[in-house]
Amino acid sequence: MKFAVLVFPGSNCDIDCFKAVEETIGEPVDYVWHTATDLSAYDCILVPGGFSYGDYLRCGAISQFAPVMAEVAKAAEQGKYILGICNGFQILTEARLLPGALLRNGSMKFRCHDVVLTVTNNKTPFTLDYAEGEEIIIPIAHGEGNYYCDEATLEQMKANDQIVFQYGDNPNGSLHDIAGISNERGNVVGMMPHPERAVNELLGSTDGKKMFTSILKAWRDQHDAANTR
Amino acid sequence: MIKATVYVTIKESVLDPQGATVQGALHSLGFNEVESVRIGKYMEIELDTDNRAEAEERLKVMCEKLLANTVVENYRFELEG
Repeated sequence: MKFAVLVFPGSNCDIDCFKAVEETIGEPVDYVWHTATDLSAYDCILVPGGFSYGDYLRCGAISQFAPVMAEVAKAAEQGKYILGICNGFQILTEARLLPGALLRNGSMKFRCHDVVLTVTNNKTPFTLDYAEGEEIIIPIAHGEGNYYCDEATLEQMKANDQIVFQYGDNPNGSLHDIAGISNERGNVVGMMPHPERAVNELLGSTDGKKMFTSILKAWRDQHDAANTR
Repeated sequence: MIKATVYVTIKESVLDPQGATVQGALHSLGFNEVESVRIGKYMEIELDTDNRAEAEERLKVMCEKLLANTVVENYRFELEG
């Protein structure tokens, strides 16, 4: 299974994502620059955190038009696995690959600490290895992680099981305590917390590991099914 | 040359933590008559065209595509020149 970690000017969690893939599942992983125009070699695309394009105008507003994003949209269409973390989540909402938007934290503060998350949906390719309702500890680090969508969209997401993670103690004012969501099909997930920063005891938590093992398992299941057909 | 002024504002239904904080600061300065504050963006854009209709058309696309996130923001613009 081949991973791409996208790199925009201003990304700063790209190395963490790369190392997390190496350390948790040891599958091949490449850095892919924002100007790339072909992602066909990759099975999973990680859109990392940071401050792409300086967060100018709005977080993710400018990145959504980077050349590589047309390829990300194509990959999403093909059903490939796409995970946006923090700024990556903001980029995916700006690109309309995920519903809603991320607003300034209710407290106006940049929040940087561990949070307790509930795995609300363990049926996505990114959360298979967690138990439903499992509580995990993952760090957050953001100033604009206050998830918002209109009421109709929220109802639709609830009905489709698109709410993937919820905060125990809401750190930013997010609607419905939402920390992470998926698209309708479930192959695109965005989340504000950083699972790539919770993959080793030295980092304070290993609860993020299962996200990476889940993706690999989902990919293997899909491929085994294809091979025995 | 046409000069466009674009205003991007947060939708009524969406909370504006920045505005609420500034409102609190104004209150603590004694401006108790302040009932609400909403903070938005103001942009000045110079366009190398004299065709007003076309400028309007293209500005609308700029707003929809990039300048505003219509999930949470409204926009309006004025043209001069």
